[in-house]
Parts: sequence; structure tokens; C-alpha cells
Amino acid sequence: MTSQRTLTHAMILGAFCCGFGMLLAFTDLLTAEAVVARALEDRQNSLSQVIPPTLYDNNPATDSAVLKNENGQEITIYRARKAGKITGVAYEVRGVGYAGEIKIMLGVNPEGTLLGVRVVSHKETPGLGDRIEEKKSGWILGFAGLSLDNPPVGKWKVKKDGGQFDQFSGATITPRGVVGAIRNGLEFFAMHQKEMIEVQ
Amino acid sequence: MATNYNRIIRDGLWDNNGVFSMLLGMCPTMAMTTSATNGFGMGLATALVMAASSLLVALFRDQITQEVRIPVYILIVAAMVTVVDLTMNAWMHELYKVLGLFIPLIVSNCLPLARLEAFAAKESVLPSLIDGIFMGLGFTLALTIIGAVREITGSGTLFADASLLLGPAFKVMEMRILPEDTTVLMMILPPGGFIATGFLVVVKRMIDLRSGKDIQMAGAHSVG
Repeated sequence: MTSQRTLTHAMILGAFCCGFGMLLAFTDLLTAEAVVARALEDRQNSLSQVIPPTLYDNNPATDSAVLKNENGQEITIYRARKAGKITGVAYEVRGVGYAGEIKIMLGVNPEGTLLGVRVVSHKETPGLGDRIEEKKSGWILGFAGLSLDNPPVGKWKVKKDGGQFDQFSGATITPRGVVGAIRNGLEFFAMHQKEMIEVQ
Repeated sequence: MATNYNRIIRDGLWDNNGVFSMLLGMCPTMAMTTSATNGFGMGLATALVMAASSLLVALFRDQITQEVRIPVYILIVAAMVTVVDLTMNAWMHELYKVLGLFIPLIVSNCLPLARLEAFAAKESVLPSLIDGIFMGLGFTLALTIIGAVREITGSGTLFADASLLLGPAFKVMEMRILPEDTTVLMMILPPGGFIATGFLVVVKRMIDLRSGKDIQMAGAHSVG
């Protein structure tokens, strides 16, 4: 009978789903702890690149708070403290490059000066736009020490747009996106400076 | 009938190579062969998934009925990919940082599915495992060769970052073949993937022709 056969097949498929579902649950159970630990280590590594480790004695990766930006998006900030006093904050900003979103981690001191900037992820053209990575060129290192008044806001652009930052030969859109995102990030800091450095 | 393991191994590595003969698994092939190291890593991860899923399908081949076989195969491949993904993330994290983004791509690779359908569904456990392993290694070989061609012509290096994937001892493999200003950027962009793969398929056919072998049409005995 057809319905009988259908039922058999459903049971077989169901049994396989159950079996492999259990296998996955078991694997997840075994690996969950290690996966969380690895994610935390990764975050610590990326934070220590944008905030010099000499500036803090806490673990910024676990000292986080969530703020909302003007578009209502939630931004997680990580706080670096020395002897309980906040010495810097780090947070991720997003820019639009040539091939989609560029995620950038900013480290800022309480006065609003950049401590360090790193590109976290991007999909830019290898060999052209990927020079925003620290691994490929030193371009991204040039932002440390700058702030919203240094250079003046009008100069927070690539040279082609009348600003002071180098674009790459053959790639203007990528650095333009990065410079814009960093400027927006600093404006976000200026708007939320109090909340960021005075929260407990 | 005695199983001809030599035949299975030769088929997997060369005669019926997943990429160069059957032209299967083109999505990860194009995406991951921007360098020899990436191709190699992606190939090995795929080989692992193929070996495990071939073994499982052969084990359960009497239970898997004709009508539900495709969903069950997909279920098995997807489960194996997830297991590899989680385990690598937890215990081989450095490797995972290089390959992690691409492991889910294995699900979209039709080569494992093709081997399950064409081989593991009909054969017993050991031959299926061997087929899974060597089809996977043949895939690894193909991806490494395509990656090497694209990397040398596109970046001028060979096996760059191999030490990230295999450990510091393999630093010696990282070479610069061509000076940076003589490279052709296009080769590491998507068109380069098609061009390199196309030429290598031609090279493989020419070698086969020279050795007087019958040329198999793409996929001629991949589908049962």
C-alpha cells in the first residue's frame, strides 16, 4: 500500500534525523566550552592590538557595555582600566568599501585620541583594497595618535577628496570607506564620551 | 567480485579526478584556490568530510531506501561538516581561523554527494571509505595545483602562510617565485580561477591522450 510505504520512508528519514541530531548535540556539548574560550581569546587578541596592553590591568574583553548610536544600532564597547580607572575604550565601527562592509576596531583614550585601529574583516580586492590590513601594509597604523581635531574635521578624507589620507594606487573607494568609518567612530565617541568613560 | 583497490585509488587521484575529469565541486574550487595553501587546506577538510560520509552511507546502505536517499545523504554530509567545523574551532583554532569561513562551503560541494550516490550507496564499507579518502585527496591535489598556478602568477609567491596552516616547521615551504611587479592580479580574482582551471583540465587531457588512454567525458561514470 502506498500510504504504508510513505510511512516507512518517513520513519527512516525521521530516524536518521534523530540519530544525526543527537550526534550534533553531543559534538556541541563536547566543544561548546572550548569554542567560547577560543572566541574570548580572539577578542582579547584583537583588543590588545588597538589598546596597548601597558594601559590596562583588567581584561577588556569581559568588561563590556552596550550603547546605542544615533541610528539605534547597538554598539558594544570594551573598557580598558588601570587600577579601576578607565584608560581607554574599544569598539567596532562599520564602513562601506568596494565590495561590501568593512569592520574596523577602534581603540580610543578618554580624551578622544585614537590609540590604535585595525581592520577586523573585509571583502576588498586582494592586492588592491586589502592594503588596509595591517598584515599587508602599514597604512592602518598611521591613524594612531589622531583625533577629531587632529587633523581638522574637513581633512578627515582621502587626498583625492581634499583630505590628508593617502589612497592606494588603483583603490580609492576602500580607503575612503575606512577613513569615513573612523571619522564616524570618533564622532560617536564625542557624542557619548561621558557614558563611555564614566560608566562603572 | 574482488574489489580492485588500485583502480579506486587511481580513479580518485587521477583518472576520474573530481575537479579535472568530472568538473564537480566548482564552487569551493573557484573560491578557495587564491593560494596553494588555501587550496590544500580546503581539500583536506573536504577529504575528511568525504571519508566520514562515505563510510556512514556504506554502513547504512541497506536502511537507506531509494526514495529518501537524497535527503539522507544531504543530512549526513551536513552533519559531518558541522562536526568538523565545531571540532576544528575548539581544538585546531589556528587552522580554523584560516579555513573556518570556507568549511560550510563543503555542503555546497556536489562532489561528496556524487560519490555517495555513485559509489558508497552500492559498495561495502571498506571500498567506500577508500573511495571517499582518495576522491578527497584527488580533490586536494587538484585544488593545490590550481592554487599554486594562481598564486605564482597572481601574487608571485608559493605556499605563502603555509606555516599558519601546518605549523612553524613548514616556514621553509613559503617561497617567492616572481617579483611582485611582474604578477597578474587577475589570476587571484575570480576570472583567474576559471582560466587556470580551464588550462589545467586541458593539460590533464593532453597527458591522458599522450599515454594513449581513452578519454572519458566529464562525469561519464560519476552518476550511477
